[in-house]
Amino acid sequence: MDIFRSHILICRGTGCTSSGSDQVADAFDKYIKEEGLEQEVKVVRTGCFGLCEVGPIVIVYPEGAFYSRVEEKDVQEIVKEHLVKGRVVKRLLYQESLDKDRIKSLNEVEFYKKQMRVALRNCGVIDPENIDEYIAMDGYKALTKVLTEMTREQVIEEVKKSGLRGRGGAGFPTGTKWEFVYNAPGDKKYVCCNADEGDPGAFMDRSVLEGDPHSVLEAMAIAGYAVGADQGYIYVRAEYPIAVRRLQIAIEQARNYGLLGENILGTGFNFDIDLKIGAGAFVCGEETALLNSMEGKRGTPRPRPPFPANKGLWGKPTLLNNVETYANICQIINKGGDWFASIGTERSKGTKIFALGGKINNTGLVEIPMGTTVREVIYDIGGGCPNGKAFKAVQTGGPSGGCIPAELIDTPIEYDTLVKIGSMMGSGGMIVMDEDNCMVDIAKFFLQFTCDESCGKCTPCREGTKRMLELLEKITEGKGEEGDIEKLQTLAMNIKDSALCALGQTAPNPILSTIRYFRDEYEAHIKDKRCPAGVCAALLNYIILEDKCKACGICAKNCPTNSISGKPKTPYVINQDTCIKCGVCMDKCPFGAIIKK
Amino acid sequence: MAVKEVRDAVDIPENFERLQEVIDEYKGKSGSLIPVLQKAQEIFGYLPLEVQKKIAEGLKVPMSRVYGVSTFYAQFALEPRGEHTIGLCMGTACYVRGSNKILEKLKEELGIDVGGTTEDKKFTLEATRCLGACGLAPVMMIDENVYGRLKPDMIPDILNKYR
Repeated sequence: MDIFRSHILICRGTGCTSSGSDQVADAFDKYIKEEGLEQEVKVVRTGCFGLCEVGPIVIVYPEGAFYSRVEEKDVQEIVKEHLVKGRVVKRLLYQESLDKDRIKSLNEVEFYKKQMRVALRNCGVIDPENIDEYIAMDGYKALTKVLTEMTREQVIEEVKKSGLRGRGGAGFPTGTKWEFVYNAPGDKKYVCCNADEGDPGAFMDRSVLEGDPHSVLEAMAIAGYAVGADQGYIYVRAEYPIAVRRLQIAIEQARNYGLLGENILGTGFNFDIDLKIGAGAFVCGEETALLNSMEGKRGTPRPRPPFPANKGLWGKPTLLNNVETYANICQIINKGGDWFASIGTERSKGTKIFALGGKINNTGLVEIPMGTTVREVIYDIGGGCPNGKAFKAVQTGGPSGGCIPAELIDTPIEYDTLVKIGSMMGSGGMIVMDEDNCMVDIAKFFLQFTCDESCGKCTPCREGTKRMLELLEKITEGKGEEGDIEKLQTLAMNIKDSALCALGQTAPNPILSTIRYFRDEYEAHIKDKRCPAGVCAALLNYIILEDKCKACGICAKNCPTNSISGKPKTPYVINQDTCIKCGVCMDKCPFGAIIKK
Repeated sequence: MAVKEVRDAVDIPENFERLQEVIDEYKGKSGSLIPVLQKAQEIFGYLPLEVQKKIAEGLKVPMSRVYGVSTFYAQFALEPRGEHTIGLCMGTACYVRGSNKILEKLKEELGIDVGGTTEDKKFTLEATRCLGACGLAPVMMIDENVYGRLKPDMIPDILNKYR
């Protein structure tokens, strides 16, 4: 391998790619060539660094200079100043990483300080399209170890010892699942990976697949050895084209190196992996629906039992884990189950990746040890809510989860504590809401989602989600009546008890948890016909403040329904009968004279 | 502007030849219906009934199953689509950061509702599930390109790039 004096790591995760990191990377190639530095400086296109908010991100080593929001036009300056003259371009550095004149290392930056990267260990470090870089980071060492030094039983024992629980949402102990499949009678078994990450606001699996695809392939091969399977499938969403492409490249490279296919490493073990591309259906993240979809059918769930461990894909015993779960496996094998179990809390071991989004300063991807409190994630890592707004709640677990209100912000993040307070770990989306978000509206948003995505197979979910949505629509339109809250609660409990799969059983959670913590908001909508957060359009009026209005007429010009009238020098007035409450006037008013009430 | 004559994809015989090649490649393999439908949609742009019938015959699966699968998944379209597909993300992160206002602006600019196609067959508007680019919320995709940190004012300029 060639030795380079500098490495330039450029994030090519989805966030940074959308911000233009491809063009930045190409510009680096161009200017480095112009300066004749190709033999001295290496440009590496990596996976996600996590801090998507300030992308595109470029990190230059050995200095560890963390450049943020780099644009194509900045590249020449970085090359000429930093790479040729050795002077860091301070103006482009992520300001947090600068301590007077000293550049802090990444681990000292607030966003990274409390993080611990196990599943994301290689994301943002290696080029995901180059298997050699993965191997240089101890890649395929764990597979070699299990094939040459460990029995199948020992592998399962190690995973059990680690205490790893499924990272897809339900939190079932991974080692126990492996043992079920190992014990299941059958000549043919399958190992599958659930990469149908459908929870809105969760993109950790996407980042792992895009940033470190081999870690999943290697773990699946290890699982194949342990449970006795020779074929693996990854079911990945069509909405993730970059992840699909990188997986295809990774599988091809692993086959060429003899790390997938027949007689792996000369041990006589055969294992290959193929991709199955989803076609857009949220319910396919549910394991039995996913199996139906892989078989080319409508993605509707099957009744359980039988569980996939006994009767899965094409009726054969099937191991199904999600992406993040697999991403932990190689580290468990390399460093031992005891090491993994030493991280986290009593019943939640290891680390968990969360996608921070919504009303938070540092949106992005974070990996933290289990047991970290919600406060540490929101404030220390996430930097709190933007524009000085008050934090109201954080939603975890997507459409199956619930809200954690501000008063419970010191709750440690663990599977069981989250369930106790009416939320759940889920796949790891964390959507932060501030004072401007209406909790009834949020509940309605999730119900619209589950109602749309209900597959229609069982009645409680098909009809029940619709009825709950109708009630919420009624409330947000100002037509709510006494007793609607209780009606919602009864309906919710019935659906939880009777729906066929997890989608239906958990669909009422957003309603139950918002009623639990924000009942006053529901009551304000129903009794006072008022939306305290100022979101529900039917309950709002836009009003022009007489003392602030300068009669410029901009609002009237922009009003799509011509509902604003006025004369020069006298304050304008909104006709409430024709106003459609679009809010354009308020956005356009240069004097802040329009408010909603 | 010269009016380009648009021939429907089902009127082009080569398209059916290509479909036949796909069917031949997958025939007899289990779990092949979805990949065949995906490739057929790449060829025709959508899945008209006669294409579905051809697939049912070719793969020897009942027409009811082909139709059932085609109507189940969001990715499959039974009507022709516009030249460009706009997918506005309606995931939670985008929603709490105001994707509703972007949607209103798109509807106003294009004169169509979600799921609709403009009269000139230029754009199809869709509200998609989370695109996984929550750091840039609100986000939309036009074909393969992602546009983030959107504000309603930005919409006309972005659309003009495709007009």
